[in-house]
Amino acid sequence: MQDNIKQPLQQFILQLADNLLVMGHRNSEWTGLGPIIEEDIAFASIAQDQVGQAWNLYQLLESEFGFAHPDQVAFTRNEKEFYSSHLVEQPTGEYDFSLARHYLYDLAQLIRYEMLSRSSYEPLAKLAKKFHGEVKYHVFHAQTWMKQLMDGNEVSKARMQSAVNDVFPFAMGVFESVDGEEALIAEGIFEGESALKDAWMQQVGAQLLEWGYSLPQLAQPVLGGGKGYHSEYLQPLLDEMGEVFRLDPSAEW
Amino acid sequence: MYGGGYIGGEETLQANQDDPIALAEFEARIAAGDKIEPKDWMPADYRKQLVRMIEQHAHSEVIGALPEGTWITRAPGFRRKLALMAKVQDEMGHAQLLYSAAETLGKSREAMINDLINGKSKYSNVFNYPAFTWADVAVIGWLVDGAAIVNQVANSKGSYGPYVRALERICYEESFHLKQGHDNVVFLATGTEMQRTMLQEALNRWWQPLMHFFGPSDTMSVHTEKLMRWKVKMASNDDMRQQFISMYVPKIWELGLTLPDNELKRNPLTGKWAFADPDWNLFFEVIKGNGPLNKERLAVRRTAEERGRWVREALLKADMKYTVPFA
Repeated sequence: MQDNIKQPLQQFILQLADNLLVMGHRNSEWTGLGPIIEEDIAFASIAQDQVGQAWNLYQLLESEFGFAHPDQVAFTRNEKEFYSSHLVEQPTGEYDFSLARHYLYDLAQLIRYEMLSRSSYEPLAKLAKKFHGEVKYHVFHAQTWMKQLMDGNEVSKARMQSAVNDVFPFAMGVFESVDGEEALIAEGIFEGESALKDAWMQQVGAQLLEWGYSLPQLAQPVLGGGKGYHSEYLQPLLDEMGEVFRLDPSAEW
Repeated sequence: MYGGGYIGGEETLQANQDDPIALAEFEARIAAGDKIEPKDWMPADYRKQLVRMIEQHAHSEVIGALPEGTWITRAPGFRRKLALMAKVQDEMGHAQLLYSAAETLGKSREAMINDLINGKSKYSNVFNYPAFTWADVAVIGWLVDGAAIVNQVANSKGSYGPYVRALERICYEESFHLKQGHDNVVFLATGTEMQRTMLQEALNRWWQPLMHFFGPSDTMSVHTEKLMRWKVKMASNDDMRQQFISMYVPKIWELGLTLPDNELKRNPLTGKWAFADPDWNLFFEVIKGNGPLNKERLAVRRTAEERGRWVREALLKADMKYTVPFA
């Protein structure tokens, strides 16, 4: 593989994996604390899929791009070397925030995997097909709840609308291109963040309106995560995630 | 896990208030191995004991998710992280199954959860102890789950159909939890000096709570006889404790670990184990709410309930429409 493709491709995969890991980590924080037991269970399932997908991608980076062992890559890097978006590192907050994030993020993932399942880079296309089958259920879950809480009472309507407004600028920040993305587009590896974002906006807009939400005002996307610039929330999360592993990274856990 | 074990708080049973003919038929069915189903006639005491027992089992799953749950975000490496997420998720699933089983006896999930957070209804004492390190998670996963399985396998042979069916599924999942916990313990036991020390210290901390798990000696326990005849309580506290010790102590020693009880010894003639009597005063103090973490566990649960209330209220809308699934 030529360097002008290899570089952006590995960065693209790394960014995707970092997003999934941090998102899964955040979603797992609901385990035992959800508003109803069924939601504990649902968020725990989604979190497992996401952390599992991240693991698969780090394994791909290890086998095809010479990265270190997935545990080393995931559990020892600091924020400057993490390329996840600001969306996923935001604290779980209340259930309304977590749900709005879950919906906006997973819908983007669903479209991303649809695109990647057509990728000319076979190993990624294969994974994307598998992940797509999982994310389909995440989106179904998120849509069901987005809709029923907008159908709920005045409190739930207000809370959900406000959560969507709050999450939206962060969600738009998920579509952060890697340097050299044009080579990935030219090679048919990925159709590009911009095309993905357009498709996402269209679906999100139609669905929100259908359920009775107002469309949030278009704010500036919160970018920077893809370049290693983060909010104050990521490093504490990484410290926590690596707390035991870093006691002795050479030990077998 | 998690449930079972001795939780305490039995209500006073009201002997001989039931129709003697119905009672005789009921007891004959149980003696014949029949399962009692929700709509069947049952003595008031049977219903009361079962609600209490299943409800407390469910609460133990919910509260039991807390000590391990806080380690999901710290689990070292992908394998452990995913396994722990799945494990704690299972426990919440068990709570769901058990609340449903208890609801068949006429108490709503909401009423049960209210009784949990207002302190009226108990949960297993063992969860009032802290999980200080990653090794505590390993010990909980192996030995607390192991102890719970002893209890749950016994109860799965009980007489109340919905509880028995829930327990059968729970035991099946628990057997995986046990493997998960054991695997975790083995890695620490055969790991670096630091890992072994961490494990030994956790084991020392958990041994007494584990000895407390099945409750006080049968000689101290009340009105067990009727509950055993009705197949509500399926094994005595002492028998379960013996079973647990004989299953796990040899395995613990095999790993080169020690236990903080110099009197632990198997009598080769009887097969029974001798062990030091744990501190029962402490046990009763913890049941009364004076354990190291009783207040914190309930506070966390109460906060979760309060934070989630708006969601539950939104779902309760009287004219709620059926949501057609998205294609």
